[in-house]
Amino acid sequence: MSQIDVQEAVTQAHHEEWARVVAALTRRFGDLDIAEEAAAEAFATAVGRWPADGVPPNPGAWLTTTAHRKAIDRIRRENKRDDKQKEAQMLYDGDPPGPLGAIDDERLRLIFTCCHPALAMETRVALTLRMVAGLTMPEIARAFLAQESAVGRRITRAKAKIKEARIPYRVPSAEDLPARVSGVLAVLFLVFNEGYLATGPGTDPVRHDLTAEAIRLTRLIRALMPQDGEVAGLLALMLLTEARRTARVSAAGELVTLGEQDRGTWDAALIAEGHRLVRERLAAGVAPGRYQILAAISAVHTFARDAADTDWSQVVALYDQLVRLDPSPIVALNRAIAVAEIDGPEAALAAVDRLEDKLAGYHAYHATRADLLRRLGRSQKSRAAYDKAIELAGNTAETAYLTRRRNQLG
Amino acid sequence: MQYLVSVIDDTAGLATPEEMAAIDAFNDRLQAEGHWVFAGGLGSPSSATVIDSRGGEAIFTDGPFVESKEYLAGFWVIEAADLDVALKLAAEGSKHCNRKVEVRPFLDE
Repeated sequence: MSQIDVQEAVTQAHHEEWARVVAALTRRFGDLDIAEEAAAEAFATAVGRWPADGVPPNPGAWLTTTAHRKAIDRIRRENKRDDKQKEAQMLYDGDPPGPLGAIDDERLRLIFTCCHPALAMETRVALTLRMVAGLTMPEIARAFLAQESAVGRRITRAKAKIKEARIPYRVPSAEDLPARVSGVLAVLFLVFNEGYLATGPGTDPVRHDLTAEAIRLTRLIRALMPQDGEVAGLLALMLLTEARRTARVSAAGELVTLGEQDRGTWDAALIAEGHRLVRERLAAGVAPGRYQILAAISAVHTFARDAADTDWSQVVALYDQLVRLDPSPIVALNRAIAVAEIDGPEAALAAVDRLEDKLAGYHAYHATRADLLRRLGRSQKSRAAYDKAIELAGNTAETAYLTRRRNQLG
Repeated sequence: MQYLVSVIDDTAGLATPEEMAAIDAFNDRLQAEGHWVFAGGLGSPSSATVIDSRGGEAIFTDGPFVESKEYLAGFWVIEAADLDVALKLAAEGSKHCNRKVEVRPFLDE
C-alpha cells in the first residue's frame, strides 16, 4: 500500500471513527479529557504504525483498542487510578443498561453532553466540533472567526466544568428533550456549514464527511423528535443544500455560484425529500423558527428550474421574516444579496455597507461587496474588496473563484 | 453529590411573608424528596465582619469582604445525582424565593 493510500486510510478512519472512539472512551472512563487525549494519541500512533504494519482490517476496532490502552497508560502514569475511577463515576450515566433501540447512538449521548445548557453556546459549539466532529483547534477557530488559543481555553474550561459540576453523560429524558434540542441543532448547523464550506487550506473545499455527519446526526434527532418543526427544518435545509454539493465546485476546483450551477446535476432525491419536509412544516400551520425559514428559502431556490425563474420576492419576504427572529448581521447580508436581484446592486450595496462594523472580518461581507461593486462597474473598489475577501476566505474553491473574478475585472 | 445554591439579592428588602411561605413549601419538598441537606437565610451584608488572622493577630474589619450591588442573601445545600437534577431544583428554588440563584458543586473530597 502506498504512503498516500495509508494517509487516506488514516484520514478516512479519523472522519468515520473519531467520535465513536471518543464516545466509547468517555463512557468507559467517564472523562472527556482522557477520552480526547487518548483518541488523539491513538490516531497519532496509527499515522506512525500503519505505513509499516499496514492498515488493520478493522481500523475502528484497532483505534478503540489502542485508545483504551493509551487511556489506561495515562491513568497509571499519573498514579491516580483510584481517583480516576471515582471521577469516572462523576460523569454520570443515568441510562439503564440493556438495549435502547434506535436512539442508542453513543455519539448522540456525547452530543447532548457537549451541548448542555450549563455551557455557553460558543463553548457547546467548540466542544462538539472537537469531541464529536473531530475538528482541529485551527479549524474550529476559523469556523468561529476566533483565536485558536481562545478556542483551546474555552474547550479546556468546558471539560473541567463538565467534570466538576457533574454534567451528566446521557441523552436527556423526554420531558427535557425539546429545551435541549435547540442548542444541539445550532451546533449541527455549524458543523454542516464547516463541511459545506471547509476552511482548512489542505482540506477539500467541500468536506462531505462533515456534511454527511451533520445530516446523519440530524436524522437521528428527527427520529427522536418527529414532531419538532425546527428539527425537520434543519434537516430540510441540510438536504436541500447537500443536494447542490457536487454542482457547487467545478472540475477545476472552483466555486460555482448558485446562479451558475448546472441544475441538472442536483440530487433530485435529496431535493424531493427536502421539499417534502418543507411542505410538512407548512401544513403544520405553526409559526416557523429560523431553520424552517432557511429551509423555505432553500426550497424556493431549488424549486426554480432555471436561476432566472427564481422567485426573489418570495426569498426577500422570507428573509424579512427571518430578520424578525434573528437580527444578526449575517442574515442582513444574505437578505441584501436577495434585494440586489429585485432593487438592483446599488440598493443592496447601501444595505451591505451598513454592516461594515460587524462584518469587516468576514470574507463573505467583502465578497458580496466585491460582486455588487463589479456589477455597478466600479472596478477599482471591487478589486480592493476582492483582495480583502481572498485574504480572509479559507475555502480553496472560493479563493479560486474570487481570484478569477478579480482578474476578470477591467 | 452536593451543590450549593446561593441566593443572590440586589434589593434591600428581606423576603416577604408570601416569599417565606413559598420557601417553606419548597423546603418541605426538598426534604420529602431526599434532596435536603441544609438551608438558611443570612443577615444583611452590613452586619458582616471580616477577620484576617494570617498575620498572626486577628484583624477585624467592619462590613463585607467585597462591596457589591449583588450579595448573598441565603443558600441551600442540596443533594443531587448530577447537574441536571441540581439545575431543576435551583430553577424551582429561584421561583419560590423570587431571587436569582447560583449553583456550584462542592468538591468531591
